[in-house]
Amino acid sequence: MLSWLLKLQQYGLVTNMQFGIFSVGDVTTDPTTGRTPTEAERIQAMVTIALKAEEVGLDVFATGEHHNPPFVPSSPTTMLGYIAARTERLQLSTATTLITTNDPVKIAEDYAMLQHLSGGRVDLMMGRGNTGPVYPWFGQDIRQGIPLAIENYALLHRLWREDVVDWEGRFRTPLQGFTSTPRPLDGVPPFVWHGSIRSPEIAEQAAYYGDGFFANNIFWPKEHFVRLITLYRQRYAHYGHGTPEQAIVGLGGQVFMRKNSQDAVREFRPYFDNAPVYGHGPSLEEFTAETPLTVGSPQQVIDRTLEFREHFGDYQRQLFLMDHAGLPLKTVLEQLDLLGEEVVPVLRAEFAKGRPAEVPDAPTHASLLAARTGQPSQPAPRS
Amino acid sequence: MKLVVVTAGLTQPSSTRLLADRLAEAAGRRLGGATPRVVELRELAVDIANNFVTGFAGARLRSALDAVAEADGVIAVTPVFSASYSGLFKSFFDLLDQDALAGTPVLIAATGGTARHSLALEHALRPLFAYLRAVVVPTAVYAASEDWGGTGDAYTGGLPDRITRASGELADLMLRLAPAREPKAGQAEDVSGPPEIEEVVPFEQQLAAVRQG
Repeated sequence: MLSWLLKLQQYGLVTNMQFGIFSVGDVTTDPTTGRTPTEAERIQAMVTIALKAEEVGLDVFATGEHHNPPFVPSSPTTMLGYIAARTERLQLSTATTLITTNDPVKIAEDYAMLQHLSGGRVDLMMGRGNTGPVYPWFGQDIRQGIPLAIENYALLHRLWREDVVDWEGRFRTPLQGFTSTPRPLDGVPPFVWHGSIRSPEIAEQAAYYGDGFFANNIFWPKEHFVRLITLYRQRYAHYGHGTPEQAIVGLGGQVFMRKNSQDAVREFRPYFDNAPVYGHGPSLEEFTAETPLTVGSPQQVIDRTLEFREHFGDYQRQLFLMDHAGLPLKTVLEQLDLLGEEVVPVLRAEFAKGRPAEVPDAPTHASLLAARTGQPSQPAPRS
Repeated sequence: MKLVVVTAGLTQPSSTRLLADRLAEAAGRRLGGATPRVVELRELAVDIANNFVTGFAGARLRSALDAVAEADGVIAVTPVFSASYSGLFKSFFDLLDQDALAGTPVLIAATGGTARHSLALEHALRPLFAYLRAVVVPTAVYAASEDWGGTGDAYTGGLPDRITRASGELADLMLRLAPAREPKAGQAEDVSGPPEIEEVVPFEQQLAAVRQG
């Protein structure tokens, strides 16, 4: 179906950047109707949205992980496994996986299993989580957030790379002669991104391992994220993984589109005004001026997204938040049609222009396997 | 020498601003004519509320927070509402980084309709700035309505005397502490460039810290 895309990528006419969506998985009342979806409806809606993402030609679906109402996705690998079985080429990811309160051994096992079942279409984004009580509910202390993220990831990193691990740390039972099964597909661990809203320590961690760094780029002015990403790029080079321009950067974004921008503003305003995260605060106009939120025509979304490259450099992955604030499923699916048909094809072509050859593509299982075996990297096969 | 005045009066004109100006003028004289930056919280009221809702400060508010964080001395003046500082006054300082005022000389002052509320300075404002590890000057200045037409009594000086004493204490502390203080970065982040590399704790060190417990 998308063999034309493969050809264009091989000739360098479109970028191998990945475009996709990330979902928080909130159950939120639609402010225009007063109707609240059930958990069952919301879970099925997330699956429908993921399938739609593949249908309209997007590359990535990422789910959040939460352990309290009003959020449904507490069990990401169950959901992603189900989506994997019903898709062919969609990359499955998280936004984020709680590296602080999950047992790194269980993360290693669950995501290696998902990697096998999906044919290598899995990566993860590590995050610390922002809900205080989740730490004590899972037997941890929020004041140890950064040390937990550092120690747990250090263990996870070894579990995927060493067949037999002896390990002792501060936060979990020691391991003697432990083998995490299944071993990663083809011996290639899932690619890992590290997401952070404010901590330079996490940018430093991502740089140290040569992992990706993802800036959610949603709730704060861009200057804040420019600073974190610049730091990550410098430290990526410091640790010898490549030049700063070769560091693996992902960005979030948040858009609402209609053919006419006035229609988009009119329709989205009640959702914005009542949104759980920023509702009842600044006006839609103030918020779009101060943050990367774009509400308008597809062309406006294209223009604003292309600006990201000027601020953050050439990057590898762009995820959009589309299903939130109580937007009904029908509307979200219409948004995905616009994103897949009108926005992303233009972004693929535009981002390819002037992109230096040494800027790497978005990592995939195929590219990581090729890099390991020394074979030239080919784009992942597309059906 | 950077002197910043934070004033939480709500009316125009306001006696809180009047007191703030008198204090700033007196301190400025002692500092050799320093011109203070005045932060009128009334003008930032919506920005402050928005920061609570969105988690980030808009450009105007960020500039005010930075000015306070970079100040060599601060004069903080609030009307007394319900036996304490006003909610707007507290909200502004809630948004300040908890280290932003560490070691900074601060003169606290308040206004009210009756002198019966004067100890709000000692039981509300002084603990707030103690928590922020500011150096609060010994004399706090309270101006009740009657003080604007009074002359003091056998137990205490009139308002002008208290203004002179408190401002002198602030100026002296600023002159003594400013040269020794590290230049402070803006609290709401220096967005002009990447963090200094030496600010980043190298990863091996972070890892080692975890291992040592």
